[in-house]
Amino acid sequence: MTDTLTPVLSADWGTDRAWTLKAYKQAGGYSALETALKMAPDDVIAMVKDSGLRGRGGAGFPTGMKWSFIPQDNPKPKYLVVNADESEPGTCKDIPLMMATPHTLIEGVIIAAHAIRAKTAFIYVRGEVLHVVRRLRAAAREAKEAGYLGTDILGSGIDVELIIHAGAGAYICGEETALLDSLEGRRGQPRLRPPFPAVEGLYASPTVVNNVESIASVPSIVKNGIDWFGSMGTEKSKGYTLYSLSGHVARPGQYEAPLGITLRELLDLGGGMRPGSELKFWTPGGSSTPILTAEHLDIPLDYEGVGAAGSMLGTKALQVFDQTTSVVRCVLRWTEFYKHESCGKCTPCREGTWWLVQTLQRLDEGQGKDGDIELLLDLCENILGRSFCALGDGATSPITSAIQHFRSEFESGLHTPSRELFPPAASTLFAPQTVGGK
Amino acid sequence: MTVDEVSTGSTGTAPVELVTLTIDDVEVSVPKGTLVIRAAELIGTEIPRFCDHPLLDPVGACRQCLVEITDAGNGRGFPKPQASCTIEVAAGMVVKTQVTSPVAEKAQRGNMEFLLINHPLDCPVCDKGGECPLQNQSMTHGQGETRFTEVKRTFPKPIKVSEQVLLDRERCVLCARCTRFSEQIAGDPFIALVERGSQQQVGIYEEEPFNSYFSGNTIQICPVGALTSADYRFRARPFDLVSTPSIAEHDSSGSAIRVDHRRGRVMRRLAGDDPEVNEEWITDKDRFAFSYATAGDRITTPLVRNPETEQLEPASWPAALAVAAKGLAAAEGKVGVLPGGRLTSEDAFAYSKFARTVLRTNDIDFRARAHSEEEAQFLASRVATTSLDVTFGDLEKASTVVLVGLEPEDENGSIFLRLRKASRSGVKVVAIASHATRGLRKMNGELVQTVPGQEPVALAALELGQDAIFLAGERLASVPGGFSALVAAADKAKARIAWVPRRAGERGAIEAGCLPDLLPGGRPLDDVEARTDLAAAWGVRTVPARRGRNTTEIFEDTRLGTVHALLIGGVEITDLPDPAAARRALAKAEFIVSLEVRESEVTEVADVVLPVAPVVEKPGSFVNWEGRVRTFDAVLHEPNSLTDIRILAGLAEELGQPLGFRTVAQARAAMVELGPWDGARVPVPTVGPDTTAAPKRAVVLDTWRLMIDDGRGQDGQLELKATARPAVLRASAATLKAFDVDPGGMATLSTDAGIVSFPTEVAELPDGVVWAPANSGASLRAALGVGYADHVTLSSGSTDGQVTA
Repeated sequence: MTDTLTPVLSADWGTDRAWTLKAYKQAGGYSALETALKMAPDDVIAMVKDSGLRGRGGAGFPTGMKWSFIPQDNPKPKYLVVNADESEPGTCKDIPLMMATPHTLIEGVIIAAHAIRAKTAFIYVRGEVLHVVRRLRAAAREAKEAGYLGTDILGSGIDVELIIHAGAGAYICGEETALLDSLEGRRGQPRLRPPFPAVEGLYASPTVVNNVESIASVPSIVKNGIDWFGSMGTEKSKGYTLYSLSGHVARPGQYEAPLGITLRELLDLGGGMRPGSELKFWTPGGSSTPILTAEHLDIPLDYEGVGAAGSMLGTKALQVFDQTTSVVRCVLRWTEFYKHESCGKCTPCREGTWWLVQTLQRLDEGQGKDGDIELLLDLCENILGRSFCALGDGATSPITSAIQHFRSEFESGLHTPSRELFPPAASTLFAPQTVGGK
Repeated sequence: MTVDEVSTGSTGTAPVELVTLTIDDVEVSVPKGTLVIRAAELIGTEIPRFCDHPLLDPVGACRQCLVEITDAGNGRGFPKPQASCTIEVAAGMVVKTQVTSPVAEKAQRGNMEFLLINHPLDCPVCDKGGECPLQNQSMTHGQGETRFTEVKRTFPKPIKVSEQVLLDRERCVLCARCTRFSEQIAGDPFIALVERGSQQQVGIYEEEPFNSYFSGNTIQICPVGALTSADYRFRARPFDLVSTPSIAEHDSSGSAIRVDHRRGRVMRRLAGDDPEVNEEWITDKDRFAFSYATAGDRITTPLVRNPETEQLEPASWPAALAVAAKGLAAAEGKVGVLPGGRLTSEDAFAYSKFARTVLRTNDIDFRARAHSEEEAQFLASRVATTSLDVTFGDLEKASTVVLVGLEPEDENGSIFLRLRKASRSGVKVVAIASHATRGLRKMNGELVQTVPGQEPVALAALELGQDAIFLAGERLASVPGGFSALVAAADKAKARIAWVPRRAGERGAIEAGCLPDLLPGGRPLDDVEARTDLAAAWGVRTVPARRGRNTTEIFEDTRLGTVHALLIGGVEITDLPDPAAARRALAKAEFIVSLEVRESEVTEVADVVLPVAPVVEKPGSFVNWEGRVRTFDAVLHEPNSLTDIRILAGLAEELGQPLGFRTVAQARAAMVELGPWDGARVPVPTVGPDTTAAPKRAVVLDTWRLMIDDGRGQDGQLELKATARPAVLRASAATLKAFDVDPGGMATLSTDAGIVSFPTEVAELPDGVVWAPANSGASLRAALGVGYADHVTLSSGSTDGQVTA
């Protein structure tokens, strides 16, 4: 365990024009690619497997194992798809990474494609971030001109085409099978599994879908070795990762640190809470992960530690809320998001979020009815584990965890509007620092 | 408990691999691949469901069928409830449904509540109320009171998905059955789910309307009242309807249907469930086209022509029968009998016996369409009395199915759906045709491009593997040598042949002996033993041995005066190969007796008109293209509505030679008693192809009837007709250019008889060939006197004042 920052992905974000090939190469970029291309594909897979790299998109599935699931005896083409549809409320790591150093991702893509023997790779970028799309396309063009993409890469005989695809703005397309449907030109809705993408993914061919950060981490592992990678993090959650600190923090931003760091340490690095404020609740990995409170400040932020505390590491999007924030209002906003983003395919998520929002609105207005809290919990029980994909599950997490930790605030919703208990203006970052409760 | 056969329509004889699992503490063995939801049905547990449909791919969208799986067969259970419609059984699996699992029960109850929060609960005014899976299952698996007091989602209602299909979006539970049917079964993905979340809805793309021949099935499989037909909407409540199973009469599929009627009036028709024939689907024509029987031109009393005024006047049955009998007797056996192709087998049998024993003639031919001696020989040698040699199920097991002279999507929708299903599992469909139609493309079919008339060449060149099946349409009768080449090609490939007529009664008419030289039960007229056998069975001394006249010859000899009288059983003059010649013959006939349902061109010239019952008002049976006897009872019991049998029996009695039966049941018993002929068959035809040169500046006509066209069976169904495909003339760009026709512009087809115009559409046809619909906007037979493989003149532009399609 170390408590210092370990900038790897973000190391060069401050470099002048870091997104250019020139800057990337000056920082040693694409040297890992040269190493990897000389390795047998299975050796690359073994290396990533042995490194202990786990998926950074939220679920934490071992990346190398995912690659090894690709049936290499399948005659169909293999595809690599990078999930860059970052849209979870609070999550903001992939987009800065792609903005600052897109070549890190592209180098990772080429190595991963080589490992799984894919000749075509896709980066599915969230549609709203046009600037990122442009930057990725420019980087891909540069990489192609330099011979890192296209046919016979660096004389290795290996071909990889990279396609930067812009989504159309739907949270559900971050779900890997919905992403594949969307990439195929259909309306993004999750697919029935099995078959799993590793067997029948994009165009019914073996496909690996990885998060941006997972793929971008690969070059550093190839370059520095698995021992270096394993020297960071914890036993089961190895390596470094990007923690995105946001909310009522003095210095919000990306903090790249070994897995297992605590929020207390991160808050210290981020200058603590904003002046005059104290931690009320926080999400460990975006709004889909159950909220935690000040009593969880010292849990290790790795897959096991957060799981043991009853939440999930998720995307490591640490949204920090202080005592000015109404939990009810915050949960209502998140639930409105899930209602808006529910794809509509399955009943519990589509109808459940519709109902949850209206019930939460009532509580937010101070017009809650007896039994509303029990109703919310029961609705969540009827959604969680009953919906088609994890979107429905995610929609219930903030509600059940918020009621668990702040039930009295929901009870106040039976008679007092949240705006009276927690004037919204006080929560804003530009609010006078003489906030209530002090 | 072991169940070998799940209701999938499979009739396979291959040994079934069984898997044993436990559902609600009951051990059950089911075929491998069975879904848990259906395995549960086999132990009597009905798991509620909406999106699940046995004939559609699983989707798992509605989440109503959640069950607990405490052991997936590998010792580990699923942590969450699973959708039983998406999970296949596994050996050792332990499933707990709502019966034994409180978790499953709560999951189902919770999901039902979710489904209902945005459902309008307008059951009292909803067409589905009383037969609604949502209503029923909310009673069995839901709760009586709602906890939802907030605002429901609403939509403006209804919207037209097509002229025929209306959508009330707020009722929809988004199960995607309709969209999956359209995509997976019909191949017409013109409806799709659009928008997302609570705004998700079934939508159309305005420029591609939902003009599918099978759209009505979506209404039937809708588990709520979201889809309704313009035809039935708000017309009746299910609990006021009487449902009678019947058989569809618009094609030769023999599709099972259910006719729902109220107080003597048919309100709607639904697909019956017959896994071996039409599965659960019917065409829109079979579903919606039933009002022809009440179209206003129904003949309700016997009519006799007053010799003085020359007008038809109502008459009593005894009087009319007496006049008819007298007229027929006066013709002294010189009577031609034209029973048409729409009769039930029993009615056809009555015509056959009436012709041969009462009128003592073999001048009987059911074919009111293009026909040939070669065809008659083919039917006698290869079709008559063959039964279930090729079945719907066989189409799924063939290696290749070759279509010749047949466009299944238009001419036999049930075959089309079965072939499309077959093609999805690897059966190759090959069409010997002028162009690849949309139907062929939907079957992923292969085209053997052939100029109409050149089928013998294409058939001879065909190389097929084992287990091929030929499906030959009746159009092949227009091609000299067509059936001969078909038999030769099939024999060479050791393939089976099935003959697919368009009309429901044609196959039965063959069995009943309504061909001039083919007696009932496939007895060849020329076979003295067969004639003797028949005479004995019928209790007559002899049956006439003189070769009979076919339809064309009957008309020709009527015109020449050697046939004096005609007995006609519902024949559309414009269906005949030469309507003009037929009209001349009718004008010349001394005496015409017409047995028909509705007024027609024959009515205008008949001396006696005897009204007969439409299919809905009589019992009977159709023999479908497979040779399967499809028996049905009368749907409506109208005492004044008489079958052809009853009328012919009356005529026979009036003529002093009783038929020996008066009812359908008696006729059926006589047919069974007679049985099929087991003696020698007629040899197969060996006719060579036509080698006469084509006329100059002419094109070859390819044509057939679109499923939804101007046929009189569809009268009274404006919404159905609005979903018809546009009438266009198709030809290659080179053909259009050679005749100075603008692609997309108007073109004219003409013959000595007349002229017809169509908008054009460029399609990949052989040069010198045009395709036009046979009866959409204009009847090509009526206007031009031509049909399939005939020559016509093509020119540019439309013709003001002339028939325009």
